Amino acid sequence: MEQNNFKETVLRISGVNPKKCMRCGKCSGACPNYDEMEFHPHQFVSMVENGEIEKLMTSPSVYKCLTCFACVERCPRQVEPAKLIEAVRLCVIRQAGQNHLKPDQIPEMLDEDLPQQAIVSAFRKFTK
Amino acid sequence: MQRIGVFVCWCGSNIAATVDVKKVAETLGKEPCVVYYENYQYMCSEEGQNKIINAIHEHKLSGIVICSCSPRMHEATFRRTAQKAGLNPYMVEIANIREQCSWIHKDMATATEKAIILGRAAIAKVHLNTPLQAGESPVVKRALVIGGGIAGIQTALDIADAGFEVDIVEKKPTIGGKMSQIDKTFPTLDCSACILTPKMVDVAQNEKIHIYSYSEVAAVKGFVGNFDVTIKRKARYVKEELCTGCGACTEKCPQKKVPNDFNLGLDNKHAIYIPFAQAVPKVATIDPDYCMMLKTGKCGVCSKVCAAGAIDYKQQDELVQQQYGAIVVATGYNPIDLKNYDEFAYSQSPDVVTSLEFERLTNAAGPTGGVLLRPSDRQHPHTIVFVQCVGSRESGEGCGKTYCSKICCMYTAKHAMLTREKYPDTEVYVFYIDVRTPGKNFDEFYRRAVEEYGVHYIKGMVGKVSPENGKLMVQASDLLDNKQLKIEADLVVLAAAIEPDPSARPLATMLTTQMDTNDFFTEAHPKLRPVESATAGIFLSGCCQGPKDIPETVSQASACAAKVIGLLAKDKLLGNPCVAESNELMCNGCSSCEKVCPYGAISYVDKEFKMPNRTIAVRRVANVNPAVCQGCGACTVACPSGAMDLKGFSNSQIMAEVDAICK
Amino acid sequence: MTVSYYPGCTLKTKAKNLDLYARKCAEALGIALEEIPEWQCCGGCYPVAKDEIATKLSSVRALAAAKEKGQTLVTVCSACHNVIKRVNHDMQTDEEIRDKVNRYRAPDEPYEGETNVLHYIEMLRDLVGFDKIKEKVVNPLAGKKIAAYYGCLLLRPGKVMAFDNPENPSILEDFIRALGAEPVLYPARNECCGGYLTLEDPEIPKKRSETVLQSAQNHGAEVVTTACPLCLYNLQKNGGSEIPVVYITELLAEALGLK
Repeated sequence: MEQNNFKETVLRISGVNPKKCMRCGKCSGACPNYDEMEFHPHQFVSMVENGEIEKLMTSPSVYKCLTCFACVERCPRQVEPAKLIEAVRLCVIRQAGQNHLKPDQIPEMLDEDLPQQAIVSAFRKFTK
Repeated sequence: MQRIGVFVCWCGSNIAATVDVKKVAETLGKEPCVVYYENYQYMCSEEGQNKIINAIHEHKLSGIVICSCSPRMHEATFRRTAQKAGLNPYMVEIANIREQCSWIHKDMATATEKAIILGRAAIAKVHLNTPLQAGESPVVKRALVIGGGIAGIQTALDIADAGFEVDIVEKKPTIGGKMSQIDKTFPTLDCSACILTPKMVDVAQNEKIHIYSYSEVAAVKGFVGNFDVTIKRKARYVKEELCTGCGACTEKCPQKKVPNDFNLGLDNKHAIYIPFAQAVPKVATIDPDYCMMLKTGKCGVCSKVCAAGAIDYKQQDELVQQQYGAIVVATGYNPIDLKNYDEFAYSQSPDVVTSLEFERLTNAAGPTGGVLLRPSDRQHPHTIVFVQCVGSRESGEGCGKTYCSKICCMYTAKHAMLTREKYPDTEVYVFYIDVRTPGKNFDEFYRRAVEEYGVHYIKGMVGKVSPENGKLMVQASDLLDNKQLKIEADLVVLAAAIEPDPSARPLATMLTTQMDTNDFFTEAHPKLRPVESATAGIFLSGCCQGPKDIPETVSQASACAAKVIGLLAKDKLLGNPCVAESNELMCNGCSSCEKVCPYGAISYVDKEFKMPNRTIAVRRVANVNPAVCQGCGACTVACPSGAMDLKGFSNSQIMAEVDAICK
Repeated sequence: MTVSYYPGCTLKTKAKNLDLYARKCAEALGIALEEIPEWQCCGGCYPVAKDEIATKLSSVRALAAAKEKGQTLVTVCSACHNVIKRVNHDMQTDEEIRDKVNRYRAPDEPYEGETNVLHYIEMLRDLVGFDKIKEKVVNPLAGKKIAAYYGCLLLRPGKVMAFDNPENPSILEDFIRALGAEPVLYPARNECCGGYLTLEDPEIPKKRSETVLQSAQNHGAEVVTTACPLCLYNLQKNGGSEIPVVYITELLAEALGLK
């Protein structure tokens, strides 16, 4: 039941229709961070369609996507896998206490050249 | 007063399972002027038709209503039945109680009620039906084939073989089309030129066939059996009748930097050229964009070396008028422009080529003399990556085509196989989404590429091609192994989607034929009339109708020829009597009908009308050419004064049907 | 000509040169950059989820401020540009987002995506003209082989950003040519640098940025230029190369003799 809810949420907030996918794998061919991910862009599409959202939610892959949109740009069927990955990540971090990044972690990550743009972006991506 | 008979068909259980046919017949039998009714299991069968014929005779019926399947299915059948019984075929009306009733309803009461209403509407119409007679028009015994590729060639040869004159209009300087650029043909791997060029010679030598090369159709008027076509013969600056094709001019021409379109720009030609050795007609053509004589008036070398005196720098475009009974469209296809697929680096690296360019790179008459060398450094490529479905099967929201281009799977298998056969030291990868090989000996062919020739078929798609250090870094997914591959390739070959030639769209407008959203010509019926367009007398051959390989194109081309021959064999044509007619007294000369007519059937004439007190007034009124009118009815809707009416579907008939339904 | 200018937070601190020279050069080229008063941080990343409203408000405020003045909104940071352009697109095309945002802001005049958003480089091309820049160059960067790094933010999603051909862009190369230098075309110029992942996992930006710089150097680059502070950081810090990485405005200032 809960699985179905997650699927609904992912579809709603991503605006993606995974049924449009023809399983060509161009997204995963385009992905620059493929090797860092346990589940790859094309798997996000099929696993969301199959309702396997929790498997995706517990995978570190959701924090590896660079949201560079190469998969979105090159998808021949306009499926937009990156939006699904974002939606799955949001399903995790929107739950109570599930922020992926905590303010007290920040000091040790800093170096003097780091633009605050990086911190702002990471907070937007990884916390609620 | 009509004497109407009603015949309700069961269509086995198709109708009878949902519609109470007995009740329908009995209820309709009570309608005014209905003097006979009947229901039967299969009205279209011989037995059923005999029932109709007998009833017409016995009850002196003047009109009949058949409650059955769609008129698209059996209207012609029942009209013939009526004619056999001596009744004018246009006194038959069909009430479609199958597609529009029994097949879409589940509840018997509802369906029966609706069937009765549909039958009542048909009866109301028959009340107003009048016998119609089809007109006749003569047939010009000559066919025009637009496009001189393998489709046009085959159609022209078959028509000529039946004894009719055929003209081929080809926009390029030679006939032959794409097939002349291809190296080998699947699945038998015979040499394309070896099977094509004899046919080109047959065309050239056939007395019944005339080739207008380097020419275009400029205008089309008329109708089936009587088309009036203007052909523009573009100036080639060479007198075709004098040129012997010796080639002296093409060797001596000093302008050598002209991109050779026959080799897809992979090498250069001279400003005066013969596209290839077996060109038909074998006549030189000057490219006016590059010829120094035509551009600056300085040169004239070709004229000096031409022993036949064929060069004519002053030649002008010429218009030729010709009449035809039938027109065949065979305008073919092109690979799409890959400018929207720069992730494959097509415009960044000369070593990323289309499959058609690959054909030229492997063709003995191509820029490399048939030795496979990559364009950048003329070295032998050791790793080749083929990418399938580039621009095909897309969602339609992007830049690609929604359809499968159909030929790519097979020609890629051919390319991969031939490469491995000729250069066994070459690793060949084919990235595919699906391998589609539905054709005779096609799948076996593809399997041979894999099993005997060791081609690496990988299910997945290339995501990016990066030219680095003289190599092409191919990043792709391998979906079955769930891996991302990075292949260092020397050559990348893209199976670009194919699309109709750009000349097709304006031609369709000229011919008033229909196209789909992809600019493929629409056939009259996707299954039962695949080589005819919906416009009478216009026929379709080859890829202009949809993607096709050579065997399929040739079959379709011959089928098309058979249809043309069937038309040209007739001396006269019976028209469709359900055409528009204008009530001249009501026509106000506004031209609305002329503007909406998709067939150009309406013209305006100034006509004298007798007015009161013996005066005469000249008024501009619409005039319908019944031989051109297809009876679509657009004009009757557009006419603001109600002057335009369609025979067999008059405004009063349609209103009567509506009234009957709303009763 | 006066345009509204949205500098963004990083340009006030770590990327001061990007901002400083953007202003100096614009002035020299006859464009007044009028900083939007009390602009707020764009958030650094466009909020992709369709149900995110609050995170889009800061962009909408900047867009509405420019609309009020009837000015084009110019950004120079690639990230700000990406966020603001995409939010503007939402306001133009997504009725639900538009309604919710406008109800939240409750302004007298609802914002519906009317503002024209330009990146600084687009401003140079469309409002100044690369030809005119070429004329104003006093110190041509002749002989310098410069690789433009677009990254992902300027180009994608291509339909929304409508910036250039996302797979084979040319605007920065045209700009480099106008400055008298030689642009270097290399395939990784639209690949991601690794972005904010540098915070928790610098290994990823390292691989990404190394790929980018290697590709640029393979094709003969002597300098790499970008409009994004985070890209610059990643390329310099994680790129594993000594090749100089500079902002596009620094190049422009140098060529115009303003540096």
